[in-house]
Amino acid sequence: MLKSMFPSQIALGLAQAAIAAIMALAVVLLARRKNVHLESDAAIALLRGIVQIVAVGSILALLLKAPRWTSVFLLVGMVLAAGSISAKRAKNIPGAAKVSTYSIAAGAGLVTAIMTWAGVIDTAITSLIPVGSMIIANAMNTNGLALNRFRSEVLSHAGEIETALALGAAPEATVARYAESSIHSSLIPAIDNLRSLGIVWIPGLMTGMLLSGANPMYAAIYQFVVIAMILASSGLTSLLSTMMIRSHAFSPADQLVLRGAE
Amino acid sequence: MSAPNHKAQLEAVLRAEKLGREVAGKTILSDISFDVATRDLLGIVGASGSGKSSLLRLLNRLDEPTSGTVYLDGRDYRQLPPRDLRRRVGMVTQRPFLFPGDAATNLRFGPAQRGETFPDAEIARLLERVGLSGFAASEVSVLSGGEQQRVSLARALANRPEVLLLDEPTSALDEESKLGIEELVGSLVQDHDLTCVMVTHDRDQARRICNRVILLEAGHLIRSGTAVEVLGA
Repeated sequence: MLKSMFPSQIALGLAQAAIAAIMALAVVLLARRKNVHLESDAAIALLRGIVQIVAVGSILALLLKAPRWTSVFLLVGMVLAAGSISAKRAKNIPGAAKVSTYSIAAGAGLVTAIMTWAGVIDTAITSLIPVGSMIIANAMNTNGLALNRFRSEVLSHAGEIETALALGAAPEATVARYAESSIHSSLIPAIDNLRSLGIVWIPGLMTGMLLSGANPMYAAIYQFVVIAMILASSGLTSLLSTMMIRSHAFSPADQLVLRGAE
Repeated sequence: MSAPNHKAQLEAVLRAEKLGREVAGKTILSDISFDVATRDLLGIVGASGSGKSSLLRLLNRLDEPTSGTVYLDGRDYRQLPPRDLRRRVGMVTQRPFLFPGDAATNLRFGPAQRGETFPDAEIARLLERVGLSGFAASEVSVLSGGEQQRVSLARALANRPEVLLLDEPTSALDEESKLGIEELVGSLVQDHDLTCVMVTHDRDQARRICNRVILLEAGHLIRSGTAVEVLGA
């Protein structure tokens, strides 16, 4: 129906985006009836999402004509933005933005670099940017989940942690098991994605490859490759961020700074 | 500095000097000074919100004073490594926060932080001292509130502290357990040559076991002396 109404591809895309956004807002309104208030968060996220993705689309259109190495700048920009966004899940933990940026840069950067060097990811901008951004975005989500879980574990176990400190324990040892459970829970989505691949969902990349005429078998295998890369980078990011954030929960005098109101 | 003051300061195991703490511009404690000697059992008394527990947390540096300091055996505690300070200044909280496992695991925790093993014979002796003979292998989750608090006391003592801080250790206990813990604390202070600082909102309890008391009101020390001097007979 929309195709006949919008002959231009851009106009068609915007109309499709409007319908998808309306559907998402309808769910938000449904949630409101159940006293779950997501209106402002959802509206801002939808608006940000469309503006950002259109901006990236425009940059990609320009980059297609640029030399391959320019994609590195875009990926670095994505890592910086990802670090800042996922750090918001670690409210009140000093240095969370730095920890998040370093962890995502190391986790996603290392996996992307090795896979590009090995020839798994093509160096063409049309390949490196979409695959790299998927790896960074998933590392960002995992990092946010890990930090958020760590924060709530520490807040709800402040008594146990301070008891251990009062008995002379090293600060990082007092939160070690909360860090471990944070890593574990942050990786559940990445592991479930791999587990349900092809059974519950056919990811977008494979769909895109099929639409552009790739061999279905190759598209399927490459999708597995991407999801496995995502698990590797997410795991590394989560390990690094929880390892680094542990020391940030304490002052130089070994006092727990991440506590509820006094 | 006058001679008697100087003498008192030398004898004090723990001395708080003009301690204060502000959080987000709000004064929690202001200008608190006192000293405590060996075998002293100092009670910190006051209404809810007067700053009793906040003051106790400054004494083992779980929180940082925004003014003043504490001297342990005459040495500014900011010069001591925090882990060493907390080994020497033990703490028992209102809720015991025992670690999962048996009583022996809990008693081994403090010494293990310094790489020391705590022998079974020592565990048995300490548990006997707190009235829990034969409880070494008991899961702490099945113990009563009074028994858990006794394990918590034994766990703090396993670190061989010089000063013991008690934050309302009996407030969650029934009358019988409360009196048992009071008697135990009194005898531990004498037998182990401890210096003890105890927060309590229960003035009768302070009269029963504390030889000295300070009274806090809205973060200020308003009276100090013997229990009878501060709280009346």
